[in-house]
Amino acid sequence: MTVNGFLQVGMYVVVLLALAKPLGGFMARVYDGKSTWLSPVLRPLERLIYRVCGVDPDEGMTWKTYAVSMLLFNFLGLLVVYGLQRLQGILPLNPQGFAAVTPDSSFNTAASFATNTNWQGYVGEATMSYATQMLGLAVQNFVSAATGMAVLVALIRGFREAGSRTVGNFWVTLTRSTLYILLPLAIGLALVQTSQGVVQNFSAYRTVPLLQATSVTTPVKNADGNPVLDEKGEPKTETTAVTEQTLPMGPASSQIAIKQLGTNGGGFFNVNSAHPYENSTPLSNFFEVLALLLIGAALCYTFGQMVGDTRQGWAVLAAMTVIFVAMLALCEWAEYRGNPRHAAAGADIVASDVHPGGNMEGKEVRFGIANSALWATATTAASNGAVNAMHDSFTPLGGLVPLFMMQLGEVVYGGVGSGLYGMLVFAIIAVFVAGLMVGRTPEYLGKKIEAYEMKMAAIVILIPPIVVLGFTALAVVTDAGLASRFNKGAHGFSEILYAFSSMGNNNGSAFAGLSANVPFYNATGGLAMLMARYWLAIPTLAIAGSLAQKKHVPAGAGTLPTHTPLFVCMLIGVVIIVGVLTFVPALALGPIVEHLMLSQ
Amino acid sequence: MQTHTKARPLFDSEIVRGAIVASFAKLDPRHQVRNPVMFVVLLGSVLTTALLFQALGGHGEAPAWFILTVSLWLWFTVLFANFAEAMAEGRGKAQADALRKARRDIIARKLAKAPSNSSFTPADARTTPTTSATLRKGDVVLVEAGELVPSDGEIVVGVASVDESAITGESAPVIREAGGDRSAVTGGTRVLSDWLVIRVTTDPGETFLDRMISMVEGAKRQKTPNEIALTILLAGFTIIFLLATVTLLPFSIYAVNEVGQGAPVTMTVLTALLVCLIPTTIGGLLSAIGIAGMDRMIQANVIAISGRAVEAAGDVDVLLLDKTGTITLGNRQATAFIPTDGVGMDRLADAAQLASLADETPEGRSVVVLAKEQYGLRERDIHALGAKFVPFSAQTRMSGVDFDGRHIRKGSADAIEEYVQASGGQLPVPVRGHVERIAREGGTPLVVADGPQVLGVIQLKDIVKTRIKDRFAELRRMGIKTVMITGDNPLTAATIAAEAGVDDFLAQATPEKKLELIREYQRGGRLVAMTGDGTNDAPALAQADVAVAMNTGTQAAKEAGNMVDLDSNPTKLIEIVEIGKQLLMTRGALTTFSIANDVAKYFAIIPAAFAGTYPVLNALNVMHLATPESAILSAVIFNALIIIGLIPLALRGVRYRAVGASVLLRDNLLVYGLGGIVAPFIGIKAIDMVLVLSGLA
Repeated sequence: MTVNGFLQVGMYVVVLLALAKPLGGFMARVYDGKSTWLSPVLRPLERLIYRVCGVDPDEGMTWKTYAVSMLLFNFLGLLVVYGLQRLQGILPLNPQGFAAVTPDSSFNTAASFATNTNWQGYVGEATMSYATQMLGLAVQNFVSAATGMAVLVALIRGFREAGSRTVGNFWVTLTRSTLYILLPLAIGLALVQTSQGVVQNFSAYRTVPLLQATSVTTPVKNADGNPVLDEKGEPKTETTAVTEQTLPMGPASSQIAIKQLGTNGGGFFNVNSAHPYENSTPLSNFFEVLALLLIGAALCYTFGQMVGDTRQGWAVLAAMTVIFVAMLALCEWAEYRGNPRHAAAGADIVASDVHPGGNMEGKEVRFGIANSALWATATTAASNGAVNAMHDSFTPLGGLVPLFMMQLGEVVYGGVGSGLYGMLVFAIIAVFVAGLMVGRTPEYLGKKIEAYEMKMAAIVILIPPIVVLGFTALAVVTDAGLASRFNKGAHGFSEILYAFSSMGNNNGSAFAGLSANVPFYNATGGLAMLMARYWLAIPTLAIAGSLAQKKHVPAGAGTLPTHTPLFVCMLIGVVIIVGVLTFVPALALGPIVEHLMLSQ
Repeated sequence: MQTHTKARPLFDSEIVRGAIVASFAKLDPRHQVRNPVMFVVLLGSVLTTALLFQALGGHGEAPAWFILTVSLWLWFTVLFANFAEAMAEGRGKAQADALRKARRDIIARKLAKAPSNSSFTPADARTTPTTSATLRKGDVVLVEAGELVPSDGEIVVGVASVDESAITGESAPVIREAGGDRSAVTGGTRVLSDWLVIRVTTDPGETFLDRMISMVEGAKRQKTPNEIALTILLAGFTIIFLLATVTLLPFSIYAVNEVGQGAPVTMTVLTALLVCLIPTTIGGLLSAIGIAGMDRMIQANVIAISGRAVEAAGDVDVLLLDKTGTITLGNRQATAFIPTDGVGMDRLADAAQLASLADETPEGRSVVVLAKEQYGLRERDIHALGAKFVPFSAQTRMSGVDFDGRHIRKGSADAIEEYVQASGGQLPVPVRGHVERIAREGGTPLVVADGPQVLGVIQLKDIVKTRIKDRFAELRRMGIKTVMITGDNPLTAATIAAEAGVDDFLAQATPEKKLELIREYQRGGRLVAMTGDGTNDAPALAQADVAVAMNTGTQAAKEAGNMVDLDSNPTKLIEIVEIGKQLLMTRGALTTFSIANDVAKYFAIIPAAFAGTYPVLNALNVMHLATPESAILSAVIFNALIIIGLIPLALRGVRYRAVGASVLLRDNLLVYGLGGIVAPFIGIKAIDMVLVLSGLA
């Protein structure tokens, strides 16, 4: 890794951690209903929303009511996104005149955006009207993120309350998350991005002459799609001169800001943040990759603040950061090291002042290896899934990093809200095993962890493996699953595994080696995303409900402290061991085999 | 009854023989299904056996010898787990058999009705012979020297020495007498001298002995809350590993189709991998750990009414300890008489002696002794004086005598002050000074009053047990708060508390105050443990989370508690807490060990299963295991043998040290976590070498 690369990545981690406390403290105030510097403007608006919607902000909800409200709200969102796609042909704000999206793709996309996954089977600039993008996708970017935060806040209240049947009010938490946290941050980020050249308009696409005309040679195909052979038996080709290019336009900046902040990741354009109109400069890249993990990291501090012991929040943040930095180091190392076969063939893969070295395939020159590997690790650490490089082109180990980060269950920062509640469930399991080892009924933050919590926690760690391994197994033995691969062999396996790891953990990033917009992947993927989101959120709320009813056990010398480096290690160990033991066989047949073959 | 469990070695040959037989009986699927982890292994054993028959029929997916060996070792895995459980049960059974001998049918001598006065003598009793099995609650029986007590009961009349070794294992006889806290007798014990008239308090089949037998046999054993939570976690891991293994078949088929070499992974290998990965070590030993925990209690001479109570003992945050007998040696002794101004020493000594003549408490006797030794006052016969003794009660907190129109009382300063104020007197200032001084010095002041006049103070002193301070310091390191319960006034209590090193104290304790204190701690989320023996302890015992009744105590106390200490040793609570903690720690440690083991097993089995398709995967064979078959067999054999290897640990429990939670976790993580990762690498390699040398693979 180059010094320059080190500095950029190091600065990133420092800024991220430095922002955790101010933003986290602000969020804690918001959730506790305390006044903030935004209150004079937003408080009247908040009250107006409650009045219009008929919400009593002081009404507490049991975990079941909370869960039902969340599910209904999300289902409604899913219907709206589905409807907008199916009807976009007759709706305004459609300068390119896009027709309705197919039913299977519409379902997949609706499920994808409602679940905060933002897996994209479609090509944004060639499929979606501005109306669909703004009213459907961008709105879900806000509220699906706010939903994750609402579930997290309910869990935190579960730890905080004692002898209470309620875990807060879903509508209030949802409204505050959107109004006080997501909206102001998104507006700020959108302005910064626009200053860097990210587009924000309602114009039709523009066709411009190329500065450097070029030509493309393609094989000639007959009506059946088979190559036509010439008299020598070779495939016939034809050469087309390319002199102009269509540049997509649209209200991109406003949507990109929230797709980064809300760990959504659904790009306005198909190549996502690798596109110059979506991520124009190294500076815009820095802000976008910062926004990826910003709220997820800061929520740890919010958690600590709300449970009355900020050390607890720092401990969880430390566990996340250690895993993140370790995986980031592996990814950077693998990508800087490059492909040994290229070196063997005489290519210079050592970084120097004049060229980046390493593995630059599929990476944007303006970002280079350091920022591409950083982005890949961060986007899969958070359940974001936006990309600024093509993960399919990473080295096997470099590609293993994003794959494994998702398979850990999106708990290293993770999705806004969902990452931390996932991590807290892991903490519950860690506390359970550790608590037994010190000879006490385990307790976390003063709450006893008993059979009911273990049952729910077991469901939470079970669902992602079921979804990921189950659907991957189905795909690798069915023709429909195999047909979409761009590659064969171990890499083809990695592509399928990556797709389901991404959808089964609500990440949404694509390895970009699979044509997923086919009924098989649209249907299975849609199901995977719904299962992975709600079958985790519901048991988490059940834990919240159960914890809220319990008494607080005061800590003593026999209580296992959960803010120490030792516990942080234990937590990291549990996350890694569960991830490794679940996915190592699959990884061995994918990226690990690829790596071993490459190094042969 | 000399075969007490204390002397039994860990692997008693008799128990081992019984356990081996039981291991096979426990293969019953209805028994196995209670333990999800081992049930999966049983299914795996059945599946591989079926595959073996298929192979013998010539359609095998792998060589028959290989399937046979895998299948055999899977069966061994189940049997080894059964053996562990049977070993733990066997130790309890041996104890139960010994107890059962004491529960012979006894011919009891039933009285028509309870004798009404104390002039009763056995000579003029008319009794009907009745078998003990037909005795009902409320029946009254006579037991004379040499006879066995037919059932649990309360002494109505009589004093006798009783041999309770059948229950306690303690051969020294104990005194049992009517009234007070020593009035309970247990069925199966033998009266050695004198006679007793006993009112039966339990119906047949519900006696203490019966309950003890069913408890030690584990007949009524139910899973404890913590064990249920752990079983859920283990079931969760089992499902994850089931998924990881089952999906390997399609993954393998895909790889073979793509690469065009090797063969899809066989069912035998997948089953072997599954059994190796699921937490069989803890799954197989889980119930043995629970039973062994109960067994360790029994070895400590404590009978727990339920496993739940044993588990709760590890969670105790607060220990309520009676001062007398637990913290201080026996009883307080009178050491000085301090008269108030204007009262002669003789008058005080005389009044003190009179007030104490009929007081049979050790304190009372020590006053008489002091009066005799220092002031030459001879003992007088209280009846001859025509005096009426006023006994001590918890409500008045005074005792004394009434005679010749005099009302002599001795008691705590508060009680006497109240008493003299009622008759127009008051507590003199010098007395108040003496009281406070004595209390500050750790003594107990007893104020003596003659009618409304206060005469002076008797100084009683407590002797704190040696080394008790160390035990309390140890408890503090365990995170347990000790609270001393005493009837003393706050000053006295504070001094003794400081001397003994307890964290807190409850002075002037009444049963109501005790109950309220327990409730207050429980409201704060703490788990409270206490010991008690008296009937007035019963409400507090019933309220406490871990309540240890002394075997010498009353029936009411024993009914209210959830444990009975046969040694009647109040400091036993500390041992009980340790046993509870050991139980949880053993579960946690073996869970960690079990899961940590999986890392090495992956390194053994993945290259073995897939190197045929992807030869590069041999790079993962870091242990350089000889062949794919030997690698898989080594992992399976290691997995089975480790269960046997850890039986002693499961039965003895992981050692508890009072060093604080963090240090304990660090050490256990190093031993069972890191050790759990490293050990199987060595073990599997060693087994592989043995297999190669023996030509098996």
